[in-house]
Amino acid sequence: MTLSILWFLIIGLLFAIFLFLEGFDFGVGMATRLIAHNLDEREALMSSIGPHWDGNETWLVTAGGAMFASLPLWYASLFSGYYYVLLLVLVGLILRGVSFEFTKHAETKTGKNIWLWAFFIGSVLPPFLLCMMLLSMVQGIPMNANGDAFPKFFDVVNWLSLVGGVAGVLLSLVHGLNFIRLRLDGPLRDRARDLNKIVYPILFAGEVVFAILVFFQTDFFTKRFTSSLLITVLIVVFSLLGYYGVLKNKEGWSFAGSGLSLSMVIVLLFNGLFPRVMIATNPAHSILIKTAANSHYTLTIMTIVACILVPIILIYFIWSYTLFTKRINPKDNTVKY
Amino acid sequence: MLSVGLSIVSLARFQFAMTTVFHFFFVPFSIGMGCLVAVMETIYAVKKDKVYLDMAKFWGKIFLLSFAVGIVTGIIQEFQFGMNWSEYSRFMGDVFGAPLAIEALLAFFIESVFIGIWMFTWDRFKPGVHAFMIWMTSIGTMLSAIWILAANSFMQHPTGFKINGSTGRIQLTNFGDVIGNPQLWRVFPHVILAAILTAGVVIAGMSAWGLLRKKKGENLFFKKSLRFGLWVSMIFAILSAAAGDFQTQQIIKDQPMKFAATEGIYKTTKDPAPWTVVESIDANGHKASHQVDIPAALSILAYHKASGSVKGMNAINTEMHNKYDKKFGKDMNYYVPPKTMFWSFRVMTGIDALIMLVALFGLIWSRKNKYTIENKKWFLVVLGLCIWVPFIGNSAGWFITEFGRYPWIVYGLFTIAQAVSPTSTVASLLFSNIIYFCLFTLLGGVMVWYCRKTLHHGPYYEEKDSIENVDPFAKEAFEK
Repeated sequence: MTLSILWFLIIGLLFAIFLFLEGFDFGVGMATRLIAHNLDEREALMSSIGPHWDGNETWLVTAGGAMFASLPLWYASLFSGYYYVLLLVLVGLILRGVSFEFTKHAETKTGKNIWLWAFFIGSVLPPFLLCMMLLSMVQGIPMNANGDAFPKFFDVVNWLSLVGGVAGVLLSLVHGLNFIRLRLDGPLRDRARDLNKIVYPILFAGEVVFAILVFFQTDFFTKRFTSSLLITVLIVVFSLLGYYGVLKNKEGWSFAGSGLSLSMVIVLLFNGLFPRVMIATNPAHSILIKTAANSHYTLTIMTIVACILVPIILIYFIWSYTLFTKRINPKDNTVKY
Repeated sequence: MLSVGLSIVSLARFQFAMTTVFHFFFVPFSIGMGCLVAVMETIYAVKKDKVYLDMAKFWGKIFLLSFAVGIVTGIIQEFQFGMNWSEYSRFMGDVFGAPLAIEALLAFFIESVFIGIWMFTWDRFKPGVHAFMIWMTSIGTMLSAIWILAANSFMQHPTGFKINGSTGRIQLTNFGDVIGNPQLWRVFPHVILAAILTAGVVIAGMSAWGLLRKKKGENLFFKKSLRFGLWVSMIFAILSAAAGDFQTQQIIKDQPMKFAATEGIYKTTKDPAPWTVVESIDANGHKASHQVDIPAALSILAYHKASGSVKGMNAINTEMHNKYDKKFGKDMNYYVPPKTMFWSFRVMTGIDALIMLVALFGLIWSRKNKYTIENKKWFLVVLGLCIWVPFIGNSAGWFITEFGRYPWIVYGLFTIAQAVSPTSTVASLLFSNIIYFCLFTLLGGVMVWYCRKTLHHGPYYEEKDSIENVDPFAKEAFEK
């Protein structure tokens, strides 16, 4: 295996970890408008991810950085091609990122509400748009020989990309609700379960439609039938595991299930992409991993750096989660900034 | 000058300038503030003097506000290279990517994880252990500066690379040379010292406003903070000036055009070179007039001795044409924007001198046995207004660095015009510029407003438990 393929896998892994972690952050943000009834409950939900969201988002920043660092031609084509989508993703991430501090500092009810709305919008837009972008990309878009992508409106917004975006949002939502059931206590914990019982059936319907559209709209199943089928089945199986956990009150199981479901979406996409990174409508203009990659020398340095740093990161990253295990109850006011 | 014509290149440049300048209001402030809060908390852990804990908590709040805006505007930067400058990303990927990825792995994870821990564990750890968390955050922010400056230094002065014959793109040949770039180790101290200076001035200025308000029980807190901020301002104003001089020595060697422009020199000077305080610049005619000179001063500034002439822009322009015309054609304009450069330098150094002066008087008037500063209301107002000054200085410094690279995006190798995304359109850039502008106005305004609010409440403000749950008939109310 060459280093460029290794880095393709690492980028996939980074995106998968990002979705697993930030997925529940997004879901918690959505939940503030769905299961919380007043300001205190909304702030309690927000504080449940307070210590973690920034670290979680760093996986996205790292994925982007790794893309630039190892497969710059992919980074350049993708980011310049999906200009408007990424601009809106940025708007969402910006609103969301400041909402934590600004909600804390707002003193009036209106002030807090404005930033909690920003939090909500910033939690819906990015997962929707990122999934939409990825699902649009894998269908093949108009590109030129230089690698510049010129997706038209309906290349970006079509049935598969929309269903993919919605599936990303729903998966994040159930994942967030499962997280809430692990971290909160009191009525919010129960309401998260009640809502999950409604959302999961919709999600299953969505996943079936998604699978059918992927079958017809991409070349995943013609190029790699067995693995694509297997991964699609795994997405559903992990979702079922999550649902099982909801029904049987096994909160750890449901959290793991929804998180792995989200990660599997990335695995499906990267499996289907390989050995390409961008699929052009004219196959001659598609970008391959080996053409997009940096020099062997650069990749060697980065591999060494990653081998040293990633284990250390994982140690303190996981340790930081073990510090915050006490359940939050909006009534106790246990959470103080 | 900033020409905001509706061309793709100028719109993309405007966007880069706007987003980085806005980002860089918060970056140096956060780097400096994180470090100073860590110092305060460490003093508390050692001396157990509670006022230092109050200081760490209060200034910590301001730090967190700035940090929040700093991060979100930082994500724009990472995306922007791909979105607006895809040709640059293709050209530079082999060199730029590695520092960026290392920055994420080494610095971003440390700062984002440890700041989360620090925020939420005030009563969980012993003071020393809790201070460790903010130290980690602070170290993370500084490490992040090293890596992004490594990339920038390469763009100013490329080292350790070759041009790949078949792709025409840069290829890294020696990573050690990228890290060991002399520009990097001369710009890094300047940036970090100026960052701490920025935070020091803000602390002193906000404390001045705090003292003016004369709220009961806060006097000691703001007195201590004021002294702390003034000492930091004084020391770091001197240090960052020295670091700036250290950096200039390298610029004279690597980028003579940049240096000549900051001094407004068109014709090579006599020996020893006089330093021009002010002059009138004719950018189109490539000449300057009405100079007010100090004899031999520039030789001392540039070479640390009373002799030696400084080459002018006209001569350098000819040299650059001789050097690059084969590859880039005769029509290139190698003059950097002279007025921006000349005046930015004077603004930056003037601000540093102003801060030194104000800090000096502040320190004199706030001595223990001769404490008169609170009677000099005008001086406290001056200090309060000085809050804004270092931010202007920081921007001016980067104006010199970045405008001084014109017309290159990577010095001598790749021009700004070559670097823009072929997919960019005037419409897409105009749209994103407007969106960013509106967002920045909102974020900047709200952030300053909340800082003001925080100051207004003072360090001993108890937040109400809840806004909504103040229901006198609630069951809990009776049980109390």
